[in-house]
Amino acid sequence: MREEIIMAGFGGQGIMLMGKLLAFAGMKEGYEVSWLPSYGPEMRGGTANCTVIISTEKIASPLSYRPDTLIAMNYPSLHKFLSRVKKNGSIYYNSSLIQNKVDAEDKNLNEIPVNELAADIGNDKVGNMVILGSYLAKRRFISLDAVKESLKEIISEKWQDLIELNKRALEKGAEYINKIRP
Amino acid sequence: MKLTAAYPESLTGKEFHYCPGCTHGLIHRLIAEVIDELEIREKTIGVAPVGCAVLAYEYFNLDMQEASHGRAPAVATGIKRVHPDRVVFTYQGDGDLASIGTAEIIHAANRGEKISVFFINNAVYGMTGGQMAPTTLTGQRTTTSPLGRSVESSGYPLKISELLSILEGSVFIARVSVHNPAHIMKAKRAVKTSFQYQLDGKGFSLVEFLSTCPTNWGMKPVEALRFAGEEMTKYFPPGTYKEVE
Amino acid sequence: MEKRLMKGNEAIAEAAIRAGCRYFFGYPITPQNEIPEYMALHLPQYGGVFLQAESEVSAINMVYGAAGAGARVMTSSSSPGISLKMEGISYIAAAELPCVIVNMMRGGPGLGGIQPSQADYFQAVKGGGHGDYHMTVLAPASVQEAFDLTMEAFEIADYYRNPVMILGDGVIGQMMEGVVLREPVKLEELKEKEWATDGAVNREPNIINSLFLDAVKLEEHNLKLKAKYDLMREREARAELYKMDDAEYAVVAYGTSARISRSAVDEARKKGIRVGLIRPVSLFPFPEKIIRSTIAKTRTYLVVEMSLGQMIEDLKLALNGKRPVCFYGRTGGILPLVDEILESIELMRRGEGIEADCCLS
Ligand SMILES: Cc1ncc(C[n+]2csc(CCOP(=O)(O)OP(=O)(O)O)c2C)c(N)n1
Ligand code: SF4
Repeated sequence: MREEIIMAGFGGQGIMLMGKLLAFAGMKEGYEVSWLPSYGPEMRGGTANCTVIISTEKIASPLSYRPDTLIAMNYPSLHKFLSRVKKNGSIYYNSSLIQNKVDAEDKNLNEIPVNELAADIGNDKVGNMVILGSYLAKRRFISLDAVKESLKEIISEKWQDLIELNKRALEKGAEYINKIRP
Repeated sequence: MKLTAAYPESLTGKEFHYCPGCTHGLIHRLIAEVIDELEIREKTIGVAPVGCAVLAYEYFNLDMQEASHGRAPAVATGIKRVHPDRVVFTYQGDGDLASIGTAEIIHAANRGEKISVFFINNAVYGMTGGQMAPTTLTGQRTTTSPLGRSVESSGYPLKISELLSILEGSVFIARVSVHNPAHIMKAKRAVKTSFQYQLDGKGFSLVEFLSTCPTNWGMKPVEALRFAGEEMTKYFPPGTYKEVE
Repeated sequence: MEKRLMKGNEAIAEAAIRAGCRYFFGYPITPQNEIPEYMALHLPQYGGVFLQAESEVSAINMVYGAAGAGARVMTSSSSPGISLKMEGISYIAAAELPCVIVNMMRGGPGLGGIQPSQADYFQAVKGGGHGDYHMTVLAPASVQEAFDLTMEAFEIADYYRNPVMILGDGVIGQMMEGVVLREPVKLEELKEKEWATDGAVNREPNIINSLFLDAVKLEEHNLKLKAKYDLMREREARAELYKMDDAEYAVVAYGTSARISRSAVDEARKKGIRVGLIRPVSLFPFPEKIIRSTIAKTRTYLVVEMSLGQMIEDLKLALNGKRPVCFYGRTGGILPLVDEILESIELMRRGEGIEADCCLS
């Protein structure tokens, strides 16, 4: 098993955290993992992305040119990485911010109204967990519970009181996708 | 690109990349306006630093050189010695000028190098992600002073204006703030005085700006202006530190 | 055993602490800031000292002082900052002071960029500063190896009384992988440094110095250093061989470009090409003997670097004209793609692109 995921969005959407969480949970489940961030000067306005690879074998290149999965939190990110996703690969995108029709016939499209779902549980900051929840519910190689367990290790001490909220967001995303594609 | 009548000719019109609430852009504009008012655009050469203002050469509509980290005063010296009749300025952050570039700035000032230095003191390293600067206030938290700057291990916030004003080579040294319109006007006057001293062939001048870094201070823009105006000015009092007749 | 998810930069900092390093002097620069930041947070808990110097020039001279005073000490930076340290490194090598220096390379020359690069190879292995000297240079290709090599680097530094450089790049520094942490060394078990300047109590004064005005003495000193480097060549050269047992062709790469090349080798094997990977782990000493041992089976070599061709010179010296060498490189912060390397492997097999000075594509 080898899964290459690119996660992308704009700064402040929690892209890096989402990737670290998945990598950490993967590691705890016994997989080989790597997490590679884009990095740049601190200045604002940029997009952020990271590549997570989870594998049963030793990971050679930590880069992914043809990812199995793309998680796109805004339009520029979808636009940037869409064509690189493997044939029959999956795309999870934030349909609250991406209204354009997405054209990718040979790929598996999953529209997640991330912002609405996050607002439903009362905090628009946890969109990252919502979309991760959807992804995990569909691509079941790491359990939702393992990811929830990992939250306390990944979220910095300052924000530990937000763990419950993040768990609910993960569940919300999972429920959503289970409902539309049981 | 649509320019209003008031838009300085000495700026290219390229959109600044600075974070919301950062006063780097405002200071660029002040300098550009003064260059326009003095009608020296075509004879002015600027030196950009390494720091958040590293792209200053894209914003000033002038001949510009990009220096290595901290060496802008040395680069400016080279330019000025070749073209003594031109106006030469450097634009430098506090990491650039007051840390890695302390030797260059002290010697440029002490030689009475006839250049204008615009020193942007925002009490952190902005570009690299908020590490401690020599001007970081005592107790201020940064990524390399996670428990707050301690005097015992890092010494005192460095007072560049005070320090340089005792050197015989300097002729005009002022510290200004840009946290409200009244101070902005004063700051602009200081920039003008500095250029005027250079045009008169008098000697080295420096204007220190207390500037904001909302991103690395972890503050909203309004809070950051308040911090600059109320907290920074306590330790770094604005004023004219030297003005040789 | 405990496995932690860490960035390469963090793993290096943690490894240094576990190796008994209690003094760190540095200056911010991307992409290695997590090292000083980790040290700022953790060293004080061990009674150690983190000090942000006013420049890289000062940082490396603080290292000189601390190493001369007998401590295990480290500094880290990235390319432009390493250039500033070069004077100090020459002095440190000359005065035979053990220390560890980390370079997380970024695109150059000049201010360059901040994306990953391997363009400081020459500077690291050929001197960089003035004079006849060498650092020991180790090039990790994973976060685990960054941790392990850093712990070893302190041992090597002390044993040979020589500066050791950990040569990584933006990918190695920023990437997170699982790391199994080794037990910390016991400080009280570290060998005492009789040569250190810690106060001349009941002994002759110790002098830390690199000045030899008498040319005869200076030549002797250089020969003494050379004997050390020869010993390192004998004992410290290392490389990892991957799928080389039956390899007709070999890709030679280190660090991040070796990781990417490994994927390309796997792809090429699927196509039936008998190709392997030689990954130098020590860049000085360069693993010449290990490479020469592959000549019997291997016909052609392809060097892959994130530069326009630096390590290729050492490979050519090692092969001494006995086998042809090809090259593929990307530079300025661009990473080579698996497909591009694969294409170069295919070109090599067709016998094209040999002796090219620059990129094949
Ligand atoms: C020799 C060298 N060392 C370090 C750096 C990394 N670096 C880039 S900008 C900077 C400091 C920026 O701080 P400051 O001068 O205060 O300007 P600001 O970004 O806050 O405007 C540093 C250390 C570099 N480019 N070159
Ligand atoms: S990081 Fe700070 S100094 Fe740099 S642009 Fe942003 S607010 Fe301004």
